[in-house]
Amino acid sequence: MRFSDSFESRFTSMLGHYPTKRSVLVPTLLYMQDELGYLTDEAIRDIAQRLELTELEVRNVISYYSMLTTRPRGKYNVQVCRNISCMLCGADDVIAHLKKRLGIAHKGTTADGMFSFEEVECIGACSWAPAMQVNYDFHEKLTPENAEKVLDEYRRKGSQ
Amino acid sequence: MPDVNITVDGKKLAVPAGTLLIEACKSVGIEVPSFCYYPGLSLQGACRMCLVKIEKMPKLQTACTTVVTEGMVVSTEIDEVRQARKAMLELLLANHPLDCPVCDAGGECELQDMTFSYGAAESKLIDIKNHKDEQQWSPVVYFDRPRCIMCYRCVRICGEGMDVWALGTANRGSAQLIMPNHSDYLECEECGMCIDICPVGALTSGAYRYKTRPWEMKHVGTVCTHCADGCKTTLGVRRSPTGMQIVRGDNRDKSGINGDFLCIKGRYAFDFASHDHRIQQPLIRREGRHVPASYDQAYEHIALRLKEIREQHGGHAIGVIGSTRTSNEESYLLQKFARLLLGTNNIDHHRTADFPSFAGALARKKDATASMRDVFNAPAILLIGNDPTEQHPLLAWQIRNNVRLHRARLYVVNSSPIKLRRQAASFTQIPAGSEPQLAAFLAGDDSAANALASGEITREALAALRDKLRGEPNLIIIFGSELRGSSIDSLVRFGAAISGAKFVCLGDYANSRGAADMGLYPDLLPGYVPVGSGARFHEEWGAPVPTEPGMNLLQMVDAAKAGRLKALYIVGANPVARYNLDPFALSKTFIVAHDMFLTETALLAEVILPAANAYEKSGTFTNTCGDLQLLKKAGDITTVKSDFEMLLRVADRLGFDLRQLVPFRQAERADLGQSRGAQSGEADRHAIWLEAHGLEPKLSPFDPIAMLDEIQRLVPGYDVSRVELLAGNDQHTSIEAGVASSIASQPELILPANDTLFTSGTLGRYSRTLNSVIENPRRAPADKADREVVV
Repeated sequence: MRFSDSFESRFTSMLGHYPTKRSVLVPTLLYMQDELGYLTDEAIRDIAQRLELTELEVRNVISYYSMLTTRPRGKYNVQVCRNISCMLCGADDVIAHLKKRLGIAHKGTTADGMFSFEEVECIGACSWAPAMQVNYDFHEKLTPENAEKVLDEYRRKGSQ
Repeated sequence: MPDVNITVDGKKLAVPAGTLLIEACKSVGIEVPSFCYYPGLSLQGACRMCLVKIEKMPKLQTACTTVVTEGMVVSTEIDEVRQARKAMLELLLANHPLDCPVCDAGGECELQDMTFSYGAAESKLIDIKNHKDEQQWSPVVYFDRPRCIMCYRCVRICGEGMDVWALGTANRGSAQLIMPNHSDYLECEECGMCIDICPVGALTSGAYRYKTRPWEMKHVGTVCTHCADGCKTTLGVRRSPTGMQIVRGDNRDKSGINGDFLCIKGRYAFDFASHDHRIQQPLIRREGRHVPASYDQAYEHIALRLKEIREQHGGHAIGVIGSTRTSNEESYLLQKFARLLLGTNNIDHHRTADFPSFAGALARKKDATASMRDVFNAPAILLIGNDPTEQHPLLAWQIRNNVRLHRARLYVVNSSPIKLRRQAASFTQIPAGSEPQLAAFLAGDDSAANALASGEITREALAALRDKLRGEPNLIIIFGSELRGSSIDSLVRFGAAISGAKFVCLGDYANSRGAADMGLYPDLLPGYVPVGSGARFHEEWGAPVPTEPGMNLLQMVDAAKAGRLKALYIVGANPVARYNLDPFALSKTFIVAHDMFLTETALLAEVILPAANAYEKSGTFTNTCGDLQLLKKAGDITTVKSDFEMLLRVADRLGFDLRQLVPFRQAERADLGQSRGAQSGEADRHAIWLEAHGLEPKLSPFDPIAMLDEIQRLVPGYDVSRVELLAGNDQHTSIEAGVASSIASQPELILPANDTLFTSGTLGRYSRTLNSVIENPRRAPADKADREVVV
């Protein structure tokens, strides 16, 4: 399978970082997902071959981690924390509001493919609760209003 | 390693350093409960049932992952520990359906037992339990998700033990589940190890589920009747209208040479015994059709014709073909019947390995054969030819796990990239058919390397392999039927230079080795004694043995075609199909066949006697390594009889003194079994009864153990411990001194069975389970073609 040159060079150098080949599986899956949007059957076959694993083992690892997915997601993956700090600071309202505005439920994707929405457990931003993560970026001290503004900004960026 | 002193529950004990705490506790009879811990598999630490208190450690520790250290003080029965166990059970039961009344594992379930011991059946949870419907993963494997406690035993036995890696775990937390390699179905070797090892009823067997309850069965540990490895299989039998029906095969009794292992055939392929096509009464051909007859009529008919032919044409006009699946006692009796009673050496069987050459090459060498147990413990193994994964599943298991657990060095030489190369320290691929050259090369003939070297396999590489092997003391050399005749001599010569080297010669079918050892050869008496030098037999049998070698199987067929062979007595064999014989060649011959089914051969018979199979009789089997094991009667069909009994009845009708055939004691009429009650039935059953009571029966002529007496006296290498044997333990026989070293074998008669994991000659043809796996539409078509049934 064809990946970008930067992926390939990163993969090659990572192989030397660990005592066993299989150890590079998780980071590699993440980089693959960054390139493809999600982990396709072809990608799974490819990595299994590269690391001499069964496809089953690769799928098992993917299913363990919530940040890895085998289904297509929106351009922006919105993950709002619902753990205790965020919940106490009003995450429930943020979640309800965003779901309503996007018109999708937990783990849903908007029809235009712009957004996916997910409630997640702690993302380690308790000090600035409530917090959410859009792809790799954090947005903190959310209210229903400013959270919606954040999404508007992404929509604008995304449709350019 | 030096011992380490520890204290468990006030008991002081010393165990070798490196011992796991759970094993140390077990050694003094303290049971630490566990689900995920399983000896011989990697450590998991998943179930948390084995938590114990260790002094100076802050929290409870898992005994299954803790290695003992000097001065360790452990408590396993304090309240804190008991409370932890109870809490763990409560967690395991949170989503468990507690459907014990309908669960296959009910009564044999470790979770049930544990809950019984620690009492956590009442749940504090009011939430609805997660439920998922059961799934069929293959014709033989079913998965019931909610019963699963995530102990990973199945995942590990499939991967580490079987090297199949068809099971894994998906998701996490309470959504975690066991997953087959094709998301909703399995593509694997269908061994069923995952089912046996499952501590609960999450994995159940397609052949057994919802059939009966474990306490309704009698469990009989006997020897598998399929391949030549001799696994012990525990058959669960239940009363049926026609006797005792086998409803389950499994491996609860782990005392056999197979330990934890059983393949699909040992576990599920007992069902040929209750196939609808089973012949259940004698048949005599009248006006071209086989019509049912009484035993009396059948015996009378056979005796009359045989007597007539013997008197008119002499013994050499009669031929006998024995079986690779009858007991040693039956094979021994058959050759005695042929030689003593019919007066002929025309006796043979379907040969699948060159055991005579093997015996000849090993003559006067002590302890030169390896047992199946040895294969698990040897420091190094050389495997030439064969594909044990398909043809000798237990052998493959022993090799694989010896490599995994004992770091044995495996050297594989084969013409195909067989699966065991994955465990091999070195894999050498040689051209198909060049195995004899390899044997010659190993024995020192450097010119033989020309036929072997190609591509990456250079002459230097071959020489390096040979040097390496020469430096492997206690090497076990295992070879398939590719090596015959003088090639075996070469190989043995090569092995003679290695100290402690032992050999295994691989044949097919459950008792091929037994058939060979018992002298089903035209030129060899039992124990590979040439027919010309059978003084011992002559003495014991009280009558001379014909000293001229008889005709082999193919010669007999030719003689039949030419009209010289007037009668052919075939016991449990299908030479017409195996050797692809022209049925018309036998049309002028009077044929008697003992069989379970109307095979291509049985169809030609004038009289067919309905035979019991190995699961329905007692006796002994010798596996391909030479391990002698006891068969116990499990199933029973009241209207069929063992070959042993039927042969004797025919001998009796021929007017022969049965005491001369079977050395049973004193009164023939003393006791032929109980006439009423649970043990009523034939004398064969009587033998079982006596044996079950620890007695050695020798009262009836139908008693195979009386025949074993003679075998142990006369067959070299069979003088093993009777006590051990009767106790159900394997006893290694040997091929050794006393045998002439130059045996003229006929390698061209050897025809390997080439069975796969899912075929088993005639038996496989009549096994619904094996066929359902072969015909499974979810197997890839290409794969299916590979596994074309050859019967």
